[in-house]
Amino acid sequence: MTLVTIDKKDWLKGLTAAAESYRLFGPVKEKDWHQFEELDKGEMPDLNMVNTRLSPKALLFPQSEDMLEYSLDETRDDHHIMKEVRKDYSPRAVVGIRPCDAKATQLIKLNFDAPDIKDPYWLKAYEATTFIGMACDTPLSTCFCTSTGCGPYHEEGLDVLVMEQNDAYLAKILTDKGQVFADASGWATTSDDAATFEAGKKAAEDRIVSKIETDNLADTDLLELHGAPFWDDVAFACINCGTCTFSCPTCWCFDIQDEVNGKSGVRMKNWDSCMFPIFTVHTTGHNPRDTKTQRVRQRFMHKLKYFVDKYHTGIMCVGCGRCVRQCPVNIDIRRVCELMNSFNPTDACASQG
Amino acid sequence: MLGYTEKMRGIASRLLKDCSVEMVIGFRKGSMPMMNEPCFVTTIEDVPSLIWDSNCGINLANYLTNRKEKIAVFAKGCDSRNIVNHIIENKIKRDQVHIVGVPCTGMIDKRKIAGMVKGEILEVSETDDTIKVKTADSETLFEKTEVLQQNCTLCIHRNPVIHDEMVADPVEEQTSLDRYADIQKIEEMESEDKWQFFEDLLSPCIRCYACRNACPLCYCPTCFVDESKPQWMGKGQDPIDVRTFHFLRAYHCAGRCTDCGACERACPVGINMRLLTRKLEKDCQEQFGWEAGLSLDQRPALDVYQTNDPGTFIK
Ligand code: SF4
Ligand code: SF4
Ligand code: SF4
Ligand code: SF4
Ligand code: SF4
Repeated sequence: MTLVTIDKKDWLKGLTAAAESYRLFGPVKEKDWHQFEELDKGEMPDLNMVNTRLSPKALLFPQSEDMLEYSLDETRDDHHIMKEVRKDYSPRAVVGIRPCDAKATQLIKLNFDAPDIKDPYWLKAYEATTFIGMACDTPLSTCFCTSTGCGPYHEEGLDVLVMEQNDAYLAKILTDKGQVFADASGWATTSDDAATFEAGKKAAEDRIVSKIETDNLADTDLLELHGAPFWDDVAFACINCGTCTFSCPTCWCFDIQDEVNGKSGVRMKNWDSCMFPIFTVHTTGHNPRDTKTQRVRQRFMHKLKYFVDKYHTGIMCVGCGRCVRQCPVNIDIRRVCELMNSFNPTDACASQG
Repeated sequence: MLGYTEKMRGIASRLLKDCSVEMVIGFRKGSMPMMNEPCFVTTIEDVPSLIWDSNCGINLANYLTNRKEKIAVFAKGCDSRNIVNHIIENKIKRDQVHIVGVPCTGMIDKRKIAGMVKGEILEVSETDDTIKVKTADSETLFEKTEVLQQNCTLCIHRNPVIHDEMVADPVEEQTSLDRYADIQKIEEMESEDKWQFFEDLLSPCIRCYACRNACPLCYCPTCFVDESKPQWMGKGQDPIDVRTFHFLRAYHCAGRCTDCGACERACPVGINMRLLTRKLEKDCQEQFGWEAGLSLDQRPALDVYQTNDPGTFIK
């Protein structure tokens, strides 16, 4: 681990130099919110924000991604042969990703880079990417990252963690990939001010006001929790839109679709959501998760129970608060987590189907 | 509307106690400023969770669809009109709902308010005509009329059009409004500008369908965008598919939309898709003299044929 200091005056110069060998992505202001986008030459990431409206997961897992292409034109030798769509996997760097979203990539990785099954599209994009994180010194009232095994200075998933000082940035280089990026940016002025970093971390953590408890989730019986009496009440307001899952940095579900135009077609991967009624519809027309309560329960059980039991790395939520802020009817995962974590099966008599 | 909460709790308790309904649908306090959560109450013990203020913009008619219970529901002007639609369209029976009318002075626009102050909003409180917004280092007082949702500033049916009892005396209706100035502006654009305008309007859409799902009119068991046999449209982010969704959905709401604003309020990326539904609302008014959801005795404009309908092609 090396610490370097970057004068704010040199920030632009460094990123411009890095842009010679990297495609740069960063937060950009769009209408009244921020969004991660590829930066044009000379364009700087806009770091004047707490976090983007949608998570940066789309950089590795686009909302809609062509995977394979084919031709139905039988005069061609290669008709009906699926070919991988060519994409640009040259080195890229995300500048200004928040620690919660960086940790989220590690949770998603558990799914897309499993021992037995790999998602080549996600993995290639992931491997091509260097993550330059920006520590969070002014968290929002809805940030609860310190209760999710994360935090405003958390390093997991990052190659470099940058903190802001008055007229400089202090950058902690965490990996070899990070070092290569620092070299490309000319970030060479080492610093031994680890104490400032620690102090910044402590101060930022103290500013997190929202907390959740998750200590009982692993030990609570899965079926009892599934049959807990509170699900109808939790689910009532839900309109089954995909806002919570689409904005979530850790939701990874997708649907595969073929789209044919004339004689050429693509096989694409689109975000999907367990909140959508058609998520589980069988070709017979039967829908095993036919009610709103079942769908809402799935989302929370996946994040706060199935995932916990399957991977033993905590909950499938990094506490970014996006779903809390954006759910149109104010279904709050913190409240649901509290219900689940404090649920005591012996207190409950009724069980739902 | 400040005194409503207590009265509503009284009404809910009475209705549950004398068993005239099985559940009461209303709002409970949200966990975020300017947010309340639709909820149902089935026992008198839970009645105190019910509240009412200027953050009850979600349309509660949406929660009545296909329910089998006997239900009491709090209904502001627009909700009541959507309940009328629901009854006409057989989504609920008239004798199944006990409509508690809520004379409304408008709901506040959380996005607009967020744009008017600097920093994160931590607390919002209200009096009858002011809204106080607190951030970590400021406190701003707004007139409620400055921060209303746009549909509320244009609303001419603040009082419920159908009810079994009222929470309070009717409020004064807004009159002499120019309700379609923005629509007219778009109508007058050259087609290229119009195309650009709609492209800008819809390009942030992530197809989460919150707008559709917040809308009480959108109750189809399978929406056309979700059909797969046959599949009417692509499911990716192709702008043509995104536009097809919006334009078709708007047409499905023609003559039915009450401009309750639930769709716009629900959108996570702040798209004003009401421009589409309001254009159709305007057309229905101009061509058929029709306003949605005012009477149980008349079917929506596009549901019936009348000899004086405009358009010679149908005659
Ligand atoms: S569940 Fe909500 S708070 Fe947790 S990571 Fe996803 S969007 Fe963020
Ligand atoms: S919560 Fe739902 S959408 Fe998200 S990953 Fe789990 S099943 Fe998929
Ligand atoms: S954002 Fe809210 S209303 Fe939409 S699906 Fe998620 S929990 Fe339900
Ligand atoms: S389209 Fe929008 S404004 Fe019209 S009834 Fe539906 S939710 Fe309300
Ligand atoms: S709510 Fe907004 S983002 Fe979602 S589908 Fe509707 S317009 Fe698009």
